[in-house]
Amino acid sequence: MSQQRTGAQVMCEALIREGVDVMFGIPGGAIMPFYFAMWEYREQLRHILCRHEQGAGHAAEGYARATGRIGVCIGTSGPGVTNLVTPIADAMMDSTPLLAICGQVGSQVLGKDAFQETDITGITMPITKHNYLVKDANELAYVFKEAIHIATTGRPGPVLIDITKDAMQKVIVPDWDVKLNLPGYKPNYQGNRKQIREALRLLANAKQPLIIAGNGVIMSNATNELRQFAERLSIPVLTTLHGIGSIPENHPLNIGMPGMHGWVHGNRAIQECDVLFNIGGRFDDRVTGKASTFAPNAKVIHVDIDPSEIGKNVKVTVPIVGDAKLVLQALLDDMPEQRDLAALHSYASDWMEHIRELQDKHQGKQQYVNRASTAGMTLPPHDVYAALSNTLNLRGNYHVVTDVGQHQMWAAQLIDWNAGPRTHITSGGAGTMGFAVPASLGVAVGDPNSIVWAICGDGGFQMTNQEMATIIQEGITNIKVAVINNGYLGMVRQWQELFENKRYSGTPLSGPNFAKLAEAYGWKGITVENTADVQAAIDEANATEGPVLVDFRVEREVNVFPMVPQNKSIGEMIVNESEA
Amino acid sequence: MKAHTIVALVQDRPGVLSRVAGLVRRRGYNIASLAVGHSEQPSISRMTIVVESDHVEQVVKQLYRLIEVIKVSDVTEDPTVEREMVVVKIHAPPAVRHEVVAMCSVFDAKVVDVGSTSMIIEMTGTPSKVENFIEVIRPYGVKEMMRTGRIAMVRGARGHNASEYIESAGGNGVAAPSLN
Repeated sequence: MSQQRTGAQVMCEALIREGVDVMFGIPGGAIMPFYFAMWEYREQLRHILCRHEQGAGHAAEGYARATGRIGVCIGTSGPGVTNLVTPIADAMMDSTPLLAICGQVGSQVLGKDAFQETDITGITMPITKHNYLVKDANELAYVFKEAIHIATTGRPGPVLIDITKDAMQKVIVPDWDVKLNLPGYKPNYQGNRKQIREALRLLANAKQPLIIAGNGVIMSNATNELRQFAERLSIPVLTTLHGIGSIPENHPLNIGMPGMHGWVHGNRAIQECDVLFNIGGRFDDRVTGKASTFAPNAKVIHVDIDPSEIGKNVKVTVPIVGDAKLVLQALLDDMPEQRDLAALHSYASDWMEHIRELQDKHQGKQQYVNRASTAGMTLPPHDVYAALSNTLNLRGNYHVVTDVGQHQMWAAQLIDWNAGPRTHITSGGAGTMGFAVPASLGVAVGDPNSIVWAICGDGGFQMTNQEMATIIQEGITNIKVAVINNGYLGMVRQWQELFENKRYSGTPLSGPNFAKLAEAYGWKGITVENTADVQAAIDEANATEGPVLVDFRVEREVNVFPMVPQNKSIGEMIVNESEA
Repeated sequence: MKAHTIVALVQDRPGVLSRVAGLVRRRGYNIASLAVGHSEQPSISRMTIVVESDHVEQVVKQLYRLIEVIKVSDVTEDPTVEREMVVVKIHAPPAVRHEVVAMCSVFDAKVVDVGSTSMIIEMTGTPSKVENFIEVIRPYGVKEMMRTGRIAMVRGARGHNASEYIESAGGNGVAAPSLN
């Protein structure tokens, strides 16, 4: 027999039943009953008080991305929940399982412009996978169950529950045994067998096949299957920004990242390939460049769990709707006999050699790090990445969380992503500056034994750095922040330099002394101005039992190359400074 | 751009109309008409949406992303019964009323109200017939007009029955249909 509970107690118990054990949030008037109830459950439900709801939302995202579990964030009505809008939109774009719990004004004043009232279900309708307004406590047990089911299954995404204050206060007897009633929600996990065979037939007859691996591979934990699949067929693999880690970078078949700031050889390979197998990527415009010119010779096989992604941006020959792991397993099960793959294998080494030749000829990682244009710079940003990459890979068990901008692209390009899935966490689709510091908080909570490096620009860092206080209050010690400080909103400045005749409108940026700011928050702060001091600073940060910020004052006007100008074909890359 | 008739079965929950309308708008498609009402199942509504788009397949796929959307069909090329209703108030002094009534009988329209200088006429038919009727009646002087938008149903045995989509109908533990 269920006993009587308040709506707020039902909310806590529903979360515990679904396996939630940590939440990031900020209380306020309308959500107070939930906080009142939370106190009783504090042993099972850890609450982390953030300094801004945006920080709470990104922290929950970081937690979800590092662990694969749902991230939970909380805000009160009005400005509390509008501050959650950015992380919710971010989670929508990056398919991150997120639950946003919002307090709403009492149902008796709902719709009357009450104090701190905002129509958050209306506001978030286009940026949530689903959302709810609950006015009756009797619905809470069911709605929480359904919401978490929707957020974590199929193509994951953010779900918001807005609960009126009186619903949280009302005493009811919850019914925990309500079955889900979702006749319109039946994600397809198993790929169609006929299409799977057709995909294998196309691949077996290809001369220059290519795999693009995206976020879906990471989210369905399909990295082993992907590696086996690529190895069995000897097909080179490109990993998108969110696909980084789906196959280790030091694997012989990994040829790096495609797209706007991908390597030349990767993009050329796309333009030359005859069969393109995209699994768990959505052909974002940052990957395709001008979509009508993308992979002109390729028959495209697209595996995605969301049918609406197939054919949205790129014409597809073989659509496969399903979960990346299950589809890869089915592909492995149906793998043709070796003799039927003889032709494919006979072309494989030529194709790979051709790609590696392109890699040597055009700018790849090594050329980029060592290129002549960095000579004479006191601290080129690349030196920071080279040292971080070496140190982290020697150490192992790390996550790198990046913000948005030049530093983010350099991280994707220059760190050797050898350590597997969920080691590279960033805001990709939405491109949310201010993501890294709060997201690293969530990552550190989700994986407390790892070391978490947040890499930010000086622009993004100044948007959400108040979460440094949260990190101290929670006693979190495994976070280190690298600020790639160039005194500009660097990516915008780069575009201004390349396309707008150096009209640096609104991009020069000042900041406080970041090391001193960190110290004011109770962190250790280190300032680095010379390449010679980089390694020592990173080592000191790693050795310190506690959060550390390193302010890398890098050369101010360095560009990210190679680059595909917007709306150009990925075949038309600007390779380096001399071509710009 | 071609007009497509889309029929959708949706769970009857608050906000579902605004979800559907909002989705079609933000994906950049134009709604020519949208009619919604109860289906044969109490917890399921049926919508007929006329969308102007050259990418109707994307519209259908995007609609399926909405959790409460159960079944979507583009019935443009299917044999369907399509109907629309118009209620129109025209300027009709006594001198022209006979003529109007005669016109109405040709179109199977009904005079539902007569005022001192006006009449209200109700007419139901295929969208093109409604269109013709409006053209014919327009010269009398239209004071007010209200069209319901198109509703469509596929002919014959094919189609979609809402009850197919009710799981464990009548069984225990099914959430109340009024659920938010």
